[in-house]
Amino acid sequence: MTSPAAEMLAARGQWFAAPGPLGEAILSTRVRLARNVRGLRFPPRALPEELEGVLHRVEAAAGQVPMLRGGRFLAMERLSALERQFLLERHLASHDLASDGARRGLCCSADESAALLVNEEDHLRIQALRAGFQLDACFAAATALEDQLESHLEYAFADDFGYLTACPTNVGTGLRASVLIHLPALVLTRRIKKVLSGVAQVGLAVRGFYGEGTDVLGHFFQISNQITLGEKEAQTLLNLERVVHQLLEQEARAREVLLKDAGDQIEDKVRRAHGTLTQAHLLSAEEAIGLASALRLGLTLELEGLPSVSAINDILLHAQPAHLQLRVGQVMDAPARQRARARLVRERLGQSRAA
Amino acid sequence: MKCQSCAQAEATVHIKEVKNEQVTEMHLCEKCAYEKGYRTIVLQDKSSLASQLIWMAESLYPEGTGALGQVRCSHCGLSYSEFVQMGRLGCETCYRDFEKQLKQVLRRIHGSIRHVGKAPGKEGLLFERRRELQKLREDLERAIEREEYERAAGLRDQIRLLEAQGEAEAEPSQSAGREAQA
Ligand SMILES: [Zn+2]
Ligand SMILES: [Zn+2]
Repeated sequence: MTSPAAEMLAARGQWFAAPGPLGEAILSTRVRLARNVRGLRFPPRALPEELEGVLHRVEAAAGQVPMLRGGRFLAMERLSALERQFLLERHLASHDLASDGARRGLCCSADESAALLVNEEDHLRIQALRAGFQLDACFAAATALEDQLESHLEYAFADDFGYLTACPTNVGTGLRASVLIHLPALVLTRRIKKVLSGVAQVGLAVRGFYGEGTDVLGHFFQISNQITLGEKEAQTLLNLERVVHQLLEQEARAREVLLKDAGDQIEDKVRRAHGTLTQAHLLSAEEAIGLASALRLGLTLELEGLPSVSAINDILLHAQPAHLQLRVGQVMDAPARQRARARLVRERLGQSRAA
Repeated sequence: MKCQSCAQAEATVHIKEVKNEQVTEMHLCEKCAYEKGYRTIVLQDKSSLASQLIWMAESLYPEGTGALGQVRCSHCGLSYSEFVQMGRLGCETCYRDFEKQLKQVLRRIHGSIRHVGKAPGKEGLLFERRRELQKLREDLERAIEREEYERAAGLRDQIRLLEAQGEAEAEPSQSAGREAQA
C-alpha cells in the first residue's frame, strides 16, 4: 500500500516538469483566490461541525468539478507530519495547513497545477500553479476553477467590500498573485536591497528565502501583490507583470556588470558549485540550494557543460527534506539526510549528463 | 532584543501567530527561526500583516476606549478587541457590525474601501450595473457641486436609463405586475 504522497512523488507530467516561459529566471507563478462559503463562520472562528461540513461539501463538489477530475482529495489529518511537509514543499499547503491538519483538506488535479486548500484561514484557497512566468494563464485557471466550483457552493460576497475573507488584507478580489524569481546578479552586485525596496514602494511584497545566518538562500525571491481592494484583478496582474519585467531588466544589467568586472571569478564559482554537487558526500539543504542557484546563474551567463534548467529545478525540488525522506521511505536524522541528499544529487546530475 | 530561543543572537525575526484564537508572539534570530521552520521571512514589506496588526491595535483601539472594543458581532459574537488581537474577522456579519472601524483599517491597508473586481457569477452582471450606477451618482454629485449643469443633466439621463434597465431585467415579474396594473 502506498501513501498518496508517495504516489505524487512517483507521478509524471506534473506542472513543474518543464521550465516554462522565462524559466531561466522565473521558477514558478502562483495565483490564489481566497473565498469563504456564504453563511458560515470563517475558519478561525468556525464551529467544528461547520468546518467538517465545508470539507465534505468541497470533497463532494471536487468530484464533479471538471478541472479536478482524476485528481486527489487528501484529508490533512490522515497524513503524517512528513507528508504534510511534503505538500508544503510542493506549494500545495501553507505553513499553517502543514502544521495543524484538523478538519483541513486539499483537492488537487492530477498534475497538481490546480488545487483547493480547504479550511485554512479561509474556507477555500483556490490555487493555480504554472512553471515559469505565466500570470495570465494562472489567473485564468484559478478563475475557471472558481467558476466551476460556484455551481456547488455560494461564496460570501458583499457589494462594497467584495469577497469577504477572514483577514482584511485579502478582502475584495481575494487575489494573491506571486512570482518566484531568481536574482543572483543583483545580489552579487549588492544592488538587491535598493531594487527590492523600490518594489515594496509600489505596493508589492517581497519575500526572501533565508537560510541560516543572514544570507538570502539561493537568491530566490517571491514577489506578490498586496492590494486586493479597490483594484481590478487585471490591474493587479499588470502591476506585478510590469515590476517583474523591470526586475528582469535590472538583473540582466547586473549580469553584464558581473561579467565585465569579475567574469573569471564568477565562472570559477559556478564551476566549483558544479564540482561540489557532483562530488560531495554530504549536502545540507541550504548548501544544495545555494549551489543549484550558482548553476542557474551559470546558465544565464551561457557557460558550457552545465546541467539543464530542468535538471537544476529537479534538484531544488527533490533535495528538500520531506521529498528526500519520502523517496527513501523513512524518517531520517539530519546527517543521514545529508548523505542521502548528496547521493540523490550525484545520481540526478549523472543522469542528466548521460542524457 | 535577544532571541527568545537561544538568548544569544539578536532577535531580527518577529513572528505573530494565531492558533486556536490565541496570539503568540515570538522574537527570534534568523538561525532559530529557520530551525523552527519559518522559511519565508518578509524582507521589505512596509505594510506586512504584523505591522498592520500593531497599527490596528494602536490607533483603532487605543487604551482607555473600552466601549469600542466591547462591540460584538451580532452573528458570531466576536468582539472588536478580539479582532484587533487576532487580526481575523469571524464571519460575514463582522464586516457589517464593525463597518465603521473596518473602513479605516481597509483604507489604510488597501488605500480604498470599495471593491471594483469580479463578482460571483449569478450576481456578477447586476453587481456591475450597481457599481456603474454608484459611480454615475457620485459623478453627478460632483458635477452639481462644481455647477457643471450640462454634464449633470447628461449623467442624470444615463442614471435613469440604467435604473430603468435594472428594473426591467432584475425584477421581471414585479415590473410585469406593475405594467399590468398600469
Ligand atoms: Zn536564536
Ligand atoms: Zn461575526
